[in-house]
Amino acid sequence: MSESTRENALRLTLLRRSELWKSAAARARRLSRKRTDDAADATAMADDYRMLAHDVAKVRRLLPDSRAREYLEGAYAQAHASLHRPAWHVGYAILTLFRDDIPSVMRWLRPHVLWATALFILTIVAGYWMVHTYPDLIALFASPELIATVERGQLWTEGLLNVVPSSVLSLQILTNNIVVSLFAYCAGFLFGLGTVYVLGLNGLMLGAVFAFTGQHGLDDDLFRFVVAHGCVEISVMCLSGAAGAAVGEALIRPGTTTRAESFQRAALQSGKLILACALLLIGSGLIEGYISPNPAFSLRARIAVGVSYWIFMLALLNGWLFGFRRLRSGATA
Amino acid sequence: MDRSSDLAIDSVTGVDVVLPVAGPGARAFAFLVDWAIRTILSVAWYVVAALLHNGGWNLIAPLAPDAHWFVFVVAPPAAIYFLYHPVWEVATHGSTPGKRMAGLRIVSRDGGAPGIGSLLTRNVFRLVDSFPVAYALGLLTTMFTHNNVRIGDLAGGTLLVYTPNGTSLAQIPGQAIDARAAEVLSELLQRWPALDSQARRKIAATILKDRPAEADEDLRLQLETLATRGTQ
Repeated sequence: MSESTRENALRLTLLRRSELWKSAAARARRLSRKRTDDAADATAMADDYRMLAHDVAKVRRLLPDSRAREYLEGAYAQAHASLHRPAWHVGYAILTLFRDDIPSVMRWLRPHVLWATALFILTIVAGYWMVHTYPDLIALFASPELIATVERGQLWTEGLLNVVPSSVLSLQILTNNIVVSLFAYCAGFLFGLGTVYVLGLNGLMLGAVFAFTGQHGLDDDLFRFVVAHGCVEISVMCLSGAAGAAVGEALIRPGTTTRAESFQRAALQSGKLILACALLLIGSGLIEGYISPNPAFSLRARIAVGVSYWIFMLALLNGWLFGFRRLRSGATA
Repeated sequence: MDRSSDLAIDSVTGVDVVLPVAGPGARAFAFLVDWAIRTILSVAWYVVAALLHNGGWNLIAPLAPDAHWFVFVVAPPAAIYFLYHPVWEVATHGSTPGKRMAGLRIVSRDGGAPGIGSLLTRNVFRLVDSFPVAYALGLLTTMFTHNNVRIGDLAGGTLLVYTPNGTSLAQIPGQAIDARAAEVLSELLQRWPALDSQARRKIAATILKDRPAEADEDLRLQLETLATRGTQ
């Protein structure tokens, strides 16, 4: 018997198993869409997987350019995905994220947070010094309308609620803040330089505006406006910068892994912190829309809101709200 | 058939799972379909909501827009446009209508369904991929990276592959012979020269039940035809 005759016989033998493949593919498709608690179904899936693997190996050799191979590769891949799909429960996933993942990311990012905060403070001081020393430089950081308003002895925030309702103001502010936060994180892709730019620019603007309002005797009013929402908003700016810096560092010095793997790990890890930051910015935006521009709130009330929300932020990021400390002390006992 | 950009995943069976990775063309097609869908939905919402809000054939925002205008006319279309990808991808474990039309889906590097964190991260990095205009950076990276991935995919540890269930099996020949008979047939033909005439006829009779040939040579030809085409 010639080799080709023998191979033809084997091909036919293989193709005769197509009904088995179809039933295995159907089961894999069904299980990829919905979960099952039927043990027999799961066992059959495992048997299907082995059978498909066996036939894929044969079909790759005997029928390399066939529709049968394409079909079988697809069924095998689907069976693989169905079989290796991890268990997932939304409530548990959220609890794990806030109780374990975000606190551990915070510990990992502690040096980055310190550096980002130092950079931010440095640029605030630089912006303040620049405008304090050379007042004309405010034109670099603020719009002509804002400059004209302050020069008239008014803050641009005065009467804000007469122009825009609180709900709209909150929506605009929180959207803008979240975009800036996401941009500070993503800009880390440029080896951290993008993050440095975003942090630096925001710090310079904050310092410059405080110096400018100070020159017109409005810095107390600006502080009164900022304090309720600013504690968390500025902290989140530094946290986003830290996340971006971690992404940049992963690209600059990937360590023992490849640059792509290092980038992926840093992006996924620090991305968890960014999710928490986005949630915090929603609260911050609501405060900025409803409390900060409302003259009915006294300075003491504003400070109380700002400090309380900042403590809430610390508790959220360190997992205290979800029993992280209890869990740790239980583990070490 | 094997392409250098295909994703091969180790399996406990010892046989790699091979997933065909989508190239820039298929990705761009899926993106354009999704872009068209979200644009149409956003514009449609804006038009209907603006007409209802203004109470007539007027689509322009009022001079002093109230909260109702922003909350019902402006915010929903913006949300549809910007949250279309993350919401679809999370809800369907890595697919969108455009990807489905292009026969694609998102998978993680191990071939499984991507997690929510990966999907959100790949979407956040659209900020970078869309730089400077029209996803130019994303398109360029899909052209030059190993698995045709954009920066968001690199960050999220994901890639786009062709969906496996698009192929149907052709009509399989060989219905006249079952698997065991094919194995016996293969062995018989291999040992044909070493067997005597009586043994050949005896074994062939178990396979060729209907039409046993008389001459040895005819018998061999008949068996080879069966082995080659699956029909007697």
